[in-house]
Amino acid sequence: MHRPLAARGDKILLLLTAVVHRLSARVLIYMYCLIMNVINVSHLSKQFRDINAVTDLSFSVQEADVYGFLGQNGAGKSTTIRMLLTLISPSEGEIELFGMNLRSHRKEILRQVGAVIERPDLYKYLSAYENLLLFAKMSGMRIRRKQLMDQLEMVGLADRADSKVRTYSQGMKQRLGIAIALVHNPRLVILDEPVNGLDPQGIADMRNLILHLSRHLKKTVLVSSHLLNEMEQIATRMLIIDKGKKIIEGSVSELFNPAKTIVEAATTDAATAAEIISKGPWASHLKHVHADHLVFELHKNQLSDLLKDLGVMNIAITAFTPVNSLEKYFLSLTGTNQHVAAFAN
Amino acid sequence: MWQLLQIELFKIFRKPRTYISFGAIAAMVIIVQIALKFDGQSYIEFILGSLKETLDIPYATILNGYFVCFIILNLLLIHIPLLIALVAGDEVAGEANMGTLRLLVSKPVSRTELMLAKFFATVIYTALVLAWMAFLSLVLSIFIFGTNDLIVARSNTLEIINRSDIMWRYLAAFAYATVALTTVAALAFMLSVFAENSIGPIVSTISIVIVFTILSEMQIPLYDRTVKPYLFTSHMLGWKGFFYLKADAEGVSIPGTVENLPAVMRSMSILLGYIVLFAGSAIVVFKKKDILS
Repeated sequence: MHRPLAARGDKILLLLTAVVHRLSARVLIYMYCLIMNVINVSHLSKQFRDINAVTDLSFSVQEADVYGFLGQNGAGKSTTIRMLLTLISPSEGEIELFGMNLRSHRKEILRQVGAVIERPDLYKYLSAYENLLLFAKMSGMRIRRKQLMDQLEMVGLADRADSKVRTYSQGMKQRLGIAIALVHNPRLVILDEPVNGLDPQGIADMRNLILHLSRHLKKTVLVSSHLLNEMEQIATRMLIIDKGKKIIEGSVSELFNPAKTIVEAATTDAATAAEIISKGPWASHLKHVHADHLVFELHKNQLSDLLKDLGVMNIAITAFTPVNSLEKYFLSLTGTNQHVAAFAN
Repeated sequence: MWQLLQIELFKIFRKPRTYISFGAIAAMVIIVQIALKFDGQSYIEFILGSLKETLDIPYATILNGYFVCFIILNLLLIHIPLLIALVAGDEVAGEANMGTLRLLVSKPVSRTELMLAKFFATVIYTALVLAWMAFLSLVLSIFIFGTNDLIVARSNTLEIINRSDIMWRYLAAFAYATVALTTVAALAFMLSVFAENSIGPIVSTISIVIVFTILSEMQIPLYDRTVKPYLFTSHMLGWKGFFYLKADAEGVSIPGTVENLPAVMRSMSILLGYIVLFAGSAIVVFKKKDILS
């Protein structure tokens, strides 16, 4: 007996709908993967007894970003990075990597992460090859000697593969640390102060390597440093952290928009001045208040208007300094001009 | 887990300090063997005390491989804990000191797995140290001195064990000694979790073993009842129980027996309990520890 044509048509339609649904779901997942954040940190805090090392820190890092994590020594960069790598447990807040919660998917996540944390400390009594072999095995890799030698070749250590690490210079150890971080082909590479202790050639090599990882290998890189000029050259996005708190986050072009400028206005009573300004039209431009100066962000052609209005508001300005480099910008935000001035004198 | 264990064993046996124990044991055993080879009679007279005046002692028969091994075990098993602590105390603290701990913990292995691998690697190292000691003190002594019945001096009597009834006792004694030394290893391993360099846990372990041994040896009735039964050092020499035989109604030793096997087993259970306690505490603490090194 033949089934009615309409019923067969319905079945085909149902089948087609199911296929379209399935495909669209896959496309959506694929699209989601493309645009999702590799790192999502929300309201992260870490307290060590009486010290707040990190306070209410939130930020996100997108796929293929070179994300600069900037701050002075002791600002909370390493503590945050250690929390991302599960070395330290947060007091509060959540961390998601690749869309998964770090607490509940630790192993899955760490399989896709490679890191160099502060100094590249390795087993000094083992050779470079043996160190690489150990950590590759720990990352769950099936390893062939050629693969490891290629990795050592990439960082320029193939000819010293069998030398004990104790005979290595700081720069060589750093390169071996990088090889270990990359040996399991991770999606996310975390580098904590990677240029510390390197000579100028080593710093340039490291910069090129980070750019290579991002541009050619499409890796997401989170790199922390207190060297702003280095960050300026490699980062696509940045977060500035001070005393454990986020100061500012954004793309380098946003932070360092040539049309905009940062101005430091030195005054004898910054708190009172800030109170007056916060009630007027310049309130949204006032970014930070320090003991002896205010920090404004504004369009370059607004500079004279601001200066005029401050006079109208009876705020005594003793110095008015546009900040024209990221480094000065950073120092103006973190209030460390006095240290620089002390050295300058 | 198996791979982690292999990695940990690889690291232990590539460290030069690991071989200090093997070298020290070889040196001590050989020194004792040389001394007994050339002046064994004096030593036997010394341990027999006044018995030598009442009995006709067959020195050449007594001084055999089994007897030498028994002497070596008595002399060395007190000091081997120091050598075990040297490696066990370095397991976590040494990694923290080198800066490699943060690299290990940031790898996709759980902290419990990592600690279990480290602990089992330490246990294997301890067993190998004992195996090495067994080889030198038993096999080498048999090779140098030959075999015969074993005479064991007790407080008031002499225990004579037939040569065919000895080997299993040594195997049991070495197995027991492995458990006893693993207790020390577990203690050093636990202390290692709290430290950032290995000197602290090694010295602390040695200090604890010395203080506990003194307490175990003191003949004070108050401590005998309240403290001694709970100290792991009171049970570390329980291996000697395998060399004390049951006697029949006429006071003749019964071959193949152990005088007080339940007491030996109880001591072993207490040591195993300490191992679980120390290793378990190390894992629990490490799981929650912030790695700041």
